Amino acid sequence: MQFMSYLISGISLGSVYALIALGYTMVYGIAKMLNFAHGDIIMIGSYVIFFAFGSFGWNPIVSVLFAMAVCTVLGVTIERVAYRPLREAPSLAVLITAIGVSYLLQQVAQLLWKSDPKSFTSIVTAAGLEPLALFEGQLVISAETIVTIIACVIIMAALTLFVNKTVPGHAMLAVSEDRGAAQLMGVNVNATIALTFAIGSALAAIAGALLCSSYPSLSPTTGAMPGIKAFVAAVFGGIGSIPGAFLGGILLGVIENLSKAYISTQLSDAIVFLVLVVVLIVKPTGLLGKKVNVKV
Amino acid sequence: MGEMLSVKDINVYYGSIHAIRDVSFHVNEGEIVTLIGANGAGKTTTMHAISGLLKLRSGEIDYCGHTISKMEAHKIIRLGLAQVPEGRRVFSGLTVQQNLMLGAYTRRDGKEAIQNDFDMVYDLLPRLKERRSQAAGTLSGGEQQMLAIGRALMCKPKMLLLDEPSMGLSPLLVKEIFKIIRDVNRQGVTVLLVEQNAKMALEIANRAYVLETGTIKMEGEATELANNIEVRKAYLGC
Repeated sequence: MQFMSYLISGISLGSVYALIALGYTMVYGIAKMLNFAHGDIIMIGSYVIFFAFGSFGWNPIVSVLFAMAVCTVLGVTIERVAYRPLREAPSLAVLITAIGVSYLLQQVAQLLWKSDPKSFTSIVTAAGLEPLALFEGQLVISAETIVTIIACVIIMAALTLFVNKTVPGHAMLAVSEDRGAAQLMGVNVNATIALTFAIGSALAAIAGALLCSSYPSLSPTTGAMPGIKAFVAAVFGGIGSIPGAFLGGILLGVIENLSKAYISTQLSDAIVFLVLVVVLIVKPTGLLGKKVNVKV
Repeated sequence: MGEMLSVKDINVYYGSIHAIRDVSFHVNEGEIVTLIGANGAGKTTTMHAISGLLKLRSGEIDYCGHTISKMEAHKIIRLGLAQVPEGRRVFSGLTVQQNLMLGAYTRRDGKEAIQNDFDMVYDLLPRLKERRSQAAGTLSGGEQQMLAIGRALMCKPKMLLLDEPSMGLSPLLVKEIFKIIRDVNRQGVTVLLVEQNAKMALEIANRAYVLETGTIKMEGEATELANNIEVRKAYLGC
């Protein structure tokens, strides 16, 4: 029963990683860049919810929707201002810019909201959801855990349908595969990349809400570690692949939680990264990654 | 029959390399015009300059009364100027049907009109119909070339730019592809064809230009050029 409880909360943590990893993997697949500021968008989204819901007393769902809107605007603006001018630049320049944007967001947050951690009130509990008790109370699953897993599954399914079944989704796949050829079809590459950032950032806001509801301490560096781990999850699953981000995220969360429970709390992060190293040695493109055909 | 496309004194650079020097040519409505030349002569560069994938340093390109040399690539295709790029560049992860659907990406004239063109393309290229739900990456080279042509036709182009459609295909398939190009032209689509296979290109073209190290060396009626001694020596091997 103990094991089940660890496993389920691992899946829940993994669902948060998966949501963040989706943002990484979609942006990488379509814009061919690693947006290291993605984790900090989660932090901004969480602060927006903290104030909207905690300070102004808005409805929790409205607060989350508002945070999604703010993060979408933020993500698209960052892309427009910081990344688009570097579209033809070497990828290293873009990578360094992304790290710069990440620090910028953290510093601005520190300036505005100070570095002391705020205690985040769970929006899930506030929405009136109760924990689920199974096996005569031997296994209690928190409402946050349930909501996180369900939200992640729904979002994954919706995103997969969008990408594979709609014309804008096909346009995204086309840009991801061959930007020039997509342009020749009349696809506006800049608009497609902006759309990708918009989706990724909106998902980051949801991830922020769920993350801070389960782990209720919010500070300007809140997004940094989950951001890095979600990046690991994306690489683990095969960067560029949406199902890969899902699988990588869940596995990472489960491994992390089980290592914390059975091996060592201090070493759990090290174990997570060790697993990544092993996977990359055995399968360099990640679990579900495609083999890249280099064109001549 | 007016001038449909006119390229005036264009210059294109790759960094400091001057790839295209003062190139001028034109294509009249209804024609097949071919641009022949060896590897590295600047044929593909010229094509990319027309379709907007590359920016000009100087000069102008006009198409159907619009100056397209400053326009973005995704807007140029909306004017009915489609390109079949070198190396096919079909979307290998998408199915044949989805590739064709993306070809119609810019169209807003309703499902029925698009369905008609699906039928037209499948009629012209029956092999694609057999493979409609197969991923494009699993097709053979010839089939991929057909798909690239079909995909370009799905946007209902007035003019088609074809970049080396014969590349890497067996002689039999090359014949088939050239027959398709002629059929497409007969249906009223103006064609600008870039080719290394000068013999085949000169056979179907009305007029031709010879491109050498970034400049136009010769121009004239296709039959005339096919009999020109210099052209025969350099490009036809006889």
